[in-house]
Amino acid sequence: MLRRDVLGGEYFTQGDIACAEGAIAAGCRFFAGYPITPATEVAEHMARRLPEVGGVYLQMEDEIGSVAAIIGASYGGVKSMTATSGPGFSLMQENIGLAVMTEAPIVIVDVMRGGPSTGQPTKGGQQDVMQAKWGSHGDYEIVALAPSSVQETFDLTVRAFNLAERYRIPVFVMIDELIGHMRERLIIPSPNELEIVDRKKPSTPPDQYSPFQPDEDLVPPMAVFGEGFRFYATGLTHDETGHPQTDSAEEQAKLVRRLCDKIRRNKKAIIQVKRRFLDDANVCLIAYGSVARSAIAAVTRARQRGIKAGFLGLTTVWPFPEREIEAIADRVDRIVVAEMNYGQIVREVERRFDYRRITFAPKLGEDPHTPEELLTHLAREEK
Amino acid sequence: MIQETHPLEKFTRKGMIPHIWCAGCGDGVILSEFLRALDELKMNLDKVVVVSGIGCIGRISGYVNLDGFHTTHGRAIAFAVGLKATRPDLKVVVISGDGDLFAIGGNHFIHAARRNIDMTVICSNNFNYGMTGGQSGPTTILQDRTTTTPYGNIEHPFNLVHLAAASGAVYVARWTTMHVRRIRESIKKALTKKGFTFIEIISPCPEQYGRRNRMPGPMDQFNWLREKSVVQHFTDPLKAEVGLDKIVVGEFVDIDKPEYTDLLRRQMMSIQERLDQEGKLTNAPI
Repeated sequence: MLRRDVLGGEYFTQGDIACAEGAIAAGCRFFAGYPITPATEVAEHMARRLPEVGGVYLQMEDEIGSVAAIIGASYGGVKSMTATSGPGFSLMQENIGLAVMTEAPIVIVDVMRGGPSTGQPTKGGQQDVMQAKWGSHGDYEIVALAPSSVQETFDLTVRAFNLAERYRIPVFVMIDELIGHMRERLIIPSPNELEIVDRKKPSTPPDQYSPFQPDEDLVPPMAVFGEGFRFYATGLTHDETGHPQTDSAEEQAKLVRRLCDKIRRNKKAIIQVKRRFLDDANVCLIAYGSVARSAIAAVTRARQRGIKAGFLGLTTVWPFPEREIEAIADRVDRIVVAEMNYGQIVREVERRFDYRRITFAPKLGEDPHTPEELLTHLAREEK
Repeated sequence: MIQETHPLEKFTRKGMIPHIWCAGCGDGVILSEFLRALDELKMNLDKVVVVSGIGCIGRISGYVNLDGFHTTHGRAIAFAVGLKATRPDLKVVVISGDGDLFAIGGNHFIHAARRNIDMTVICSNNFNYGMTGGQSGPTTILQDRTTTTPYGNIEHPFNLVHLAAASGAVYVARWTTMHVRRIRESIKKALTKKGFTFIEIISPCPEQYGRRNRMPGPMDQFNWLREKSVVQHFTDPLKAEVGLDKIVVGEFVDIDKPEYTDLLRRQMMSIQERLDQEGKLTNAPI
């Protein structure tokens, strides 16, 4: 049967639209946002599409309100999303902390452009990946996914909703401008080919419900407002009943640990990477997002020239794939990190591999590195 | 006979009372009159959600035995907008302070009023930031002293009634915590009226505000509110002043206009009906 929310079929479209369609296919029925280049197409597509599937598009007065509104809808039981770019992402940071603290499943799309400040709105960049991890205050863990193609933008947006619902967390889809605006083939699967995860509902009756009492997996079941549970959530440190605990060191430690550990303990299930020619590689090229496309081309060409180059693509940027780096660290002589910024994810790689044997290939204000450029980094010092 | 339990106890959350509010604070009056209004309206309490921001009154969403959410500073209305837009079956009430709603959260207030989204916003206006120790805010009276206006406040305060009316609220009232029954009646009216409804309640803050401004004890501030307030229904909001010698209270706006969630649903239905008629899955170019 044809379904309005999962428009199964083959399309030629751009990343921003694939993102919006992925969200709707995943069950997103609320979008609150504020116009910003290069993420506007996500909002425009949601504005057209959501009413068709019984969802709500709401243009907020700013990005701060956008996140607050999607947390509100999430507590109303509705899968919700916003989309923005660097400046808006900065405005969202405080309420990202609120979503972490109140364990609200939400998805935030950041179509990255060049910064700091207003920067280059129509040019690509990967300058928000550290902001994604560290932008809000306090200790917390986050999940951020970085698609490399239009198809992957659809797939990872669906996955972002599933992870948000599974762990009751905000999940980021970090698209760089090139992928957001690039047009290529998109295949939307049929509804029965899609895996859709919904949040755990409480099995206890309302009078026994403790809104922040976790199960074994550290994730508490989530009731919905308006269903008689009459529960309370606060951004203050709270105990399992949801009551504020502003003085107890014990409660602060217990809560912060659980909020972090529910992600740390599930890294294996969350982290996805792409590997090419890594088995016998002595130089490894690490990239994510649009740069991963050039990187695959570069290692393929390097191999043709007899250079033992391999590729590690970070589909999940956060939590950082540390074990995946460690797995190659003993085998390769060198690592090349290529990203469209002046040094962000390379710092994480440096924590797992000798920095003297790392080549960093930054890129600012242009299209991603060409395969030829990356090839020179791979070929260097090769004997 | 001494009654062991407070008649409103069934409306409060177990383990959350006693509250944090100082003796002489007006927030307790707002809490009890809100609960009495709910009781008298015989509302389905499973469908009422209280959203609050940061500040003394911000704790109220935890004190009521209803669904409640305590947001970040200033974002109660934005949270409530997302909740109400997607869950029109819920009765959404925002209760917060003057700093939270009109300084850091001012943008959300005017835009929610402009949209005329169905919700009731109740502002406890105590002219200062009480919880952080009595700093000046967007409603601090001219020349009054706070910890951050030690030489007197030189900024003109907002007239919240005028601001709400100009922004598009369909019901606007102002009372002081000395107008206990009027508050309850106003809350009942706001809760049953469709659209964005706003009630300002001027509330004493003897600990942080009164004692620095002519009113050394709680009774002095109570007397000021009682003696200087004048009921003037439907006065031009522009002229509904809050001054040392006169506080204009009453109902100032009570109008009807199309409400956001109604318009939203109507539009959604017509979009889907047209798609059905045309046998199309979508209007969107993909």
